Amino acid sequence: MKRLNKLALGLALCTTMATSASAGELTIATVNNGHMIEMQKFTPEFEAANPGITLKWVTLEEGVLRQRVTTDISTKGGQFDVMTIGMYEAPIWGSRKWLEPLEFGADYDVNDILPAMRGGLSHDGKLYAAPFYGESSMIMYRKDLVDAAGMKIEDNPTWDHIEKVAAALTDKEKGVYGICLRGKPGWGDNMAFLTTMANSFGAQWFNQDWTPALDSDAWNKAVNFYVNLLTKYGPPGSEGNSFNEILALMNEGKCGMWIDATIAASFVTDPGQSKVADKMAFAQSPYSATKKGANWLWAWALAIPAGTKQAGDAAKFIEWATSKEYIELVASKNGWGNVPTGTRQSTYDNPKFQEAATFDEAELKAILSANPEDSTMNPSPYVGVQFAAIPEFQAIGIAVGQQMTAALAGDISVEKALENAQAAADREMKKGGYYK
Amino acid sequence: MMTDRQRERLKHRIAAICAWLVAILFFFPIFWMVLTSFKTELEAIAVPPTVFFDPTLENFRLIEERTDYFSYALNSIITSVGGTLLAMLIAIPSAYAMAFNPGRWTKDILLWMLSTKMLPAVGVLMPIYLICQKFGVLDTRIALVVIFALINLPIIMMILFNYFREIPKEILEASRMDGASTFNEITQIVMPLAWGGIASTALLSIVLLWNEAFWSINLTSSDAGTLVALVASFSSPEGLFWAKLSAVSTLACAPIVVFGWFTQRQLVQGLTFGAVK
Repeated sequence: MKRLNKLALGLALCTTMATSASAGELTIATVNNGHMIEMQKFTPEFEAANPGITLKWVTLEEGVLRQRVTTDISTKGGQFDVMTIGMYEAPIWGSRKWLEPLEFGADYDVNDILPAMRGGLSHDGKLYAAPFYGESSMIMYRKDLVDAAGMKIEDNPTWDHIEKVAAALTDKEKGVYGICLRGKPGWGDNMAFLTTMANSFGAQWFNQDWTPALDSDAWNKAVNFYVNLLTKYGPPGSEGNSFNEILALMNEGKCGMWIDATIAASFVTDPGQSKVADKMAFAQSPYSATKKGANWLWAWALAIPAGTKQAGDAAKFIEWATSKEYIELVASKNGWGNVPTGTRQSTYDNPKFQEAATFDEAELKAILSANPEDSTMNPSPYVGVQFAAIPEFQAIGIAVGQQMTAALAGDISVEKALENAQAAADREMKKGGYYK
Repeated sequence: MMTDRQRERLKHRIAAICAWLVAILFFFPIFWMVLTSFKTELEAIAVPPTVFFDPTLENFRLIEERTDYFSYALNSIITSVGGTLLAMLIAIPSAYAMAFNPGRWTKDILLWMLSTKMLPAVGVLMPIYLICQKFGVLDTRIALVVIFALINLPIIMMILFNYFREIPKEILEASRMDGASTFNEITQIVMPLAWGGIASTALLSIVLLWNEAFWSINLTSSDAGTLVALVASFSSPEGLFWAKLSAVSTLACAPIVVFGWFTQRQLVQGLTFGAVK
């Protein structure tokens, strides 16, 4: 029995072994995206160039990452020295002084960063996060099927034309659906796409006095069109589909068209993971009443939380990871077709990149045409294309997204869904003190 | 006309078929996970799903290249075993007191303890996070061990209380007549008599803690992450990941499945305790 007690004591002591980060060790929170994982492989290169700094990676699922970094930053937990955040968080957190402003040397060439990206990650003219890779949205379609149907898709077609093409491409017996779009609820899932679609129908999230505008005719038309289009020509179970689910369908050759993040272009043209890699073509997003806000703008960016004790080393890392030199380093190891895109003009100017990426022109055009500060047909009080950069938006986007999914699934009518969405948004905005 | 014996045999056969069906139903997701772990990402998303394919170890190689699996596995072992030991240390004397010296409120206290399990964990995330931050134990094993012990304490207490109640009080009275102290009563009478129950409770607790996800994911980052946190990190918002996720899930399940296989008798005893009188 005594021996057992000693063993228990020993084990209990073992469990109390607390570990702490050593000086010069940067803890970086990131998402499990291809480019981010590649960056982790270049850790030895960074550490060799910066003696005394070691990197520790924490890879998290996107939702968990958001929750973790929000908790950590709002409580000044100090668990992370560098955080991967999006274009939604950067200006809001910057304005609250939760992030350190970024200032780089002349070698960094901050003006080479695409203006839309720089603007979306800044607040009051200060850059709070440096873009690691960026994206917009565009049409990705099966050129072979469109040609066979005797049709064409040009840049910025109308939604009516898209419907006609979807009808022509749909062959349910062969399991091919004319169009695949996001339906899974979430402000970053179905609402990212639906907001751009609604923008192009002339809708917007809020009126100038911050009252929600989801009860407008434009929203009604857009959502009715979306539900009708997916119900007739979309795959079954669209209400459960988001980026990855549709990517799987597209790569299997089950979708005729897909309107989603430009980053998908590199996946659907990769013969290693797509059965239709050589059959893909691209075009700018469709519109109805206006081209403004018809395609989104997003970046995964690196930022320094205000609570870190290693801001200097963290800035060195961010400068390295988002530099032209880093992109060249990736190109030298993995080829120009695998570099992080959507951030720097110099990448798109590079002939080697132009040769390697068949989607480069369409991607750059989409990114350059997105303007977060002017994304709606009528004037609106917020910044952001597929979101409104205010803290309340996350809760509103989730609630509205659930209503849209319910409408798509046929559980409630579009009118009822928008009525519920308007009420939910109104409640949040009143709670936020925007009006009484 | 069927004889009684034939009818009985038929009943047994139907019961056996039902049992097999349920077993297959439960086992199928695990089988599919293991199968998918040997596929390429393209095969993993294929519609209709493929059952026959050229197996590849590529996913396991990628996991080995990207992560330190053994460090995560060690954290899982330390936190699940540590949490169980700490909970036992508190639960054994408490259950002893409640079983052999019950008071007016004993049953209410037990019920109240169990009711804490009904509270959604996220409800106390911020206070716990701030406490851990204040004590400087964020991303440490000690924080997980303490929290793991606390979350399993009500269940362990309840099971041990029921085991201890089965021990005749006369034995304890006799030991007291011989001059045994309370400590001696617990360590030399109660624990040896209830050893089977204590062991099966501990095993059940280890299995539950091995699979605990909420606190493991929210309170750890780089140093104290368990295998569950490793699995969560393989989900990707943009890109195919099913095959890699299946491979890492297989690796995360493997140790506890082997552990469960060797201790299944005790585990079943713990799980079905009190089900049949």
